[in-house]
Amino acid sequence: MEFGLNQFKEFITEYAQRLEELKSTLNELDNRIGDGDHGTNMARGFQVANQQLQAKNPTDIGTACNTVAMALLGNVGGASGPLYGTIFMKLASVFKEKLSVDDEMLLNGFLFAKNGIIERGKAQYGDKTMLDVWETATSFLQSNVGTNRYRDLMTVVQEAVLETRDRVAKKGRAAYLGPRSAGTCDPGSVSSGLFFEVFVRALDGEGAIIRWETLVL
Amino acid sequence: MKKLVNELDQYVTEMLNGLVSANPSLRRVEGTQVLVRRELSAKVGLVSGGGSGHEPAHAGFVGTGMLDGAVSGEVFTSPTPDQVYAAINEVNQGKGVLLIIKNYTGDVMNFEMAADMARAEGIDVAQVIVADDVAVENSTYTIGRRGIAGTVFVHKIAGAAAEAGLSLQEVHRIAQKVTENVRSMGMALTPCTVPANGKPSFDLEEQEVEIGIGIHGEPGIERTSLQSANATAEFLFGKIVNDLPLTSGDEVAIMVNGMGATPLSELFIVNHHVADLTSEKKLKVHKTLIGEFMTSLEMAGFSLSVLKLDEELKKFLDAPTSAPAWPR
Repeated sequence: MEFGLNQFKEFITEYAQRLEELKSTLNELDNRIGDGDHGTNMARGFQVANQQLQAKNPTDIGTACNTVAMALLGNVGGASGPLYGTIFMKLASVFKEKLSVDDEMLLNGFLFAKNGIIERGKAQYGDKTMLDVWETATSFLQSNVGTNRYRDLMTVVQEAVLETRDRVAKKGRAAYLGPRSAGTCDPGSVSSGLFFEVFVRALDGEGAIIRWETLVL
Repeated sequence: MKKLVNELDQYVTEMLNGLVSANPSLRRVEGTQVLVRRELSAKVGLVSGGGSGHEPAHAGFVGTGMLDGAVSGEVFTSPTPDQVYAAINEVNQGKGVLLIIKNYTGDVMNFEMAADMARAEGIDVAQVIVADDVAVENSTYTIGRRGIAGTVFVHKIAGAAAEAGLSLQEVHRIAQKVTENVRSMGMALTPCTVPANGKPSFDLEEQEVEIGIGIHGEPGIERTSLQSANATAEFLFGKIVNDLPLTSGDEVAIMVNGMGATPLSELFIVNHHVADLTSEKKLKVHKTLIGEFMTSLEMAGFSLSVLKLDEELKKFLDAPTSAPAWPR
């Protein structure tokens, strides 16, 4: 499948909108095991990213990714700003000057992004962070490259998000709670799950809307 | 939620404006949430910061003999790398800049990204990460301990060392020595409410307290029933001295830090017993600081910090500073 510049722009617009809808859900999860602002910070950052994308109207996906990265680095804060900023910086390096990218390049971009998350956040799979979702998503894509099983990706990602619930956090502010962090889904994993949900819809033109607010709370 | 606010998205901006208006020695770097000394001198620059909501930290500690610049993020949210970079760039006088960072994932990542940006511009940047909270066990979790009120001792002592004209390497060594010798632990009687969230970060029953609370309204390590001031002080002090190698005759500095809504009288009541506890351990209290240094919005409760001193640390702790929030 091909993923073009307009689809990327739609992806950011819809992700910003979905984050706004799920803001209180993300805040509520973060309240239980962190400091309660993940939804607010993500919604604010992607709103600015979307505005800057409209204003600057970049003509290739790499530049568009860079615009988003810079907006996130300057407007999100916390751990999410550098981590989501890193994702888009890495995507920008793979999608440089491209008007459209194919499956293989998408996979490459996501693998780069995942490694960027590891370098910046120094987390491992199973630490109850967004990396749990990125690891699951990229390894699914890697073993299914060229098969267009993108809607199955949504199922896999949804499961990966819900699996964070029972884990004890080893990174991020939730780690300070120790065993008390078990029982709540990791908010960063939920926002990353939402990332893939919206991505699949932008790529595919269809795909379900996941009711995160009823699943994760 | 009942708060004295206007538009919530102007919370930090208006707070900083008010602070600068009251303190002509401070200046806001245009277009940023960075406050710096109005007059910078040719010495190693010191930058600290973090989320807002900890006032007077960190901007209240900007002044001669303490910080050169403070970066304020949104409430309880680390400032972004561009803001931290703006602070580094502004205070750099060619002698290098030391970053004093509290050990939180977000703070460390954003400050390190800013340090990378500054180094790429040829600015010499060193950093010290403060992790003084003994409530968090070091061994189980790879992330390490949190940085809380003990950070203010790092501001003070490293600030005095920089003011004395020491090199970046020396200021860094001294800052590191403070972090190695300071321990803290806090507790909360009531939670706090992040303005943008509108509701308290956790619920406590009338007779419940959170022990080992952080400074962001995050829950502590355990919830217990309310004890007397003496018993509470004794518990926190016990945890601290268990972790800090002290022998009789050692000199220490004590900080009893209010979390935002604790009357000074209660902080004095706590210190009344801390004084007994230190003398039982035959520690010599060189200096006691009581008041609000590193708060958590309107949370009620306190944190206790103990800093083990030597001659070098004592000299810099006692040196003068003009920072508005350091007690005269």
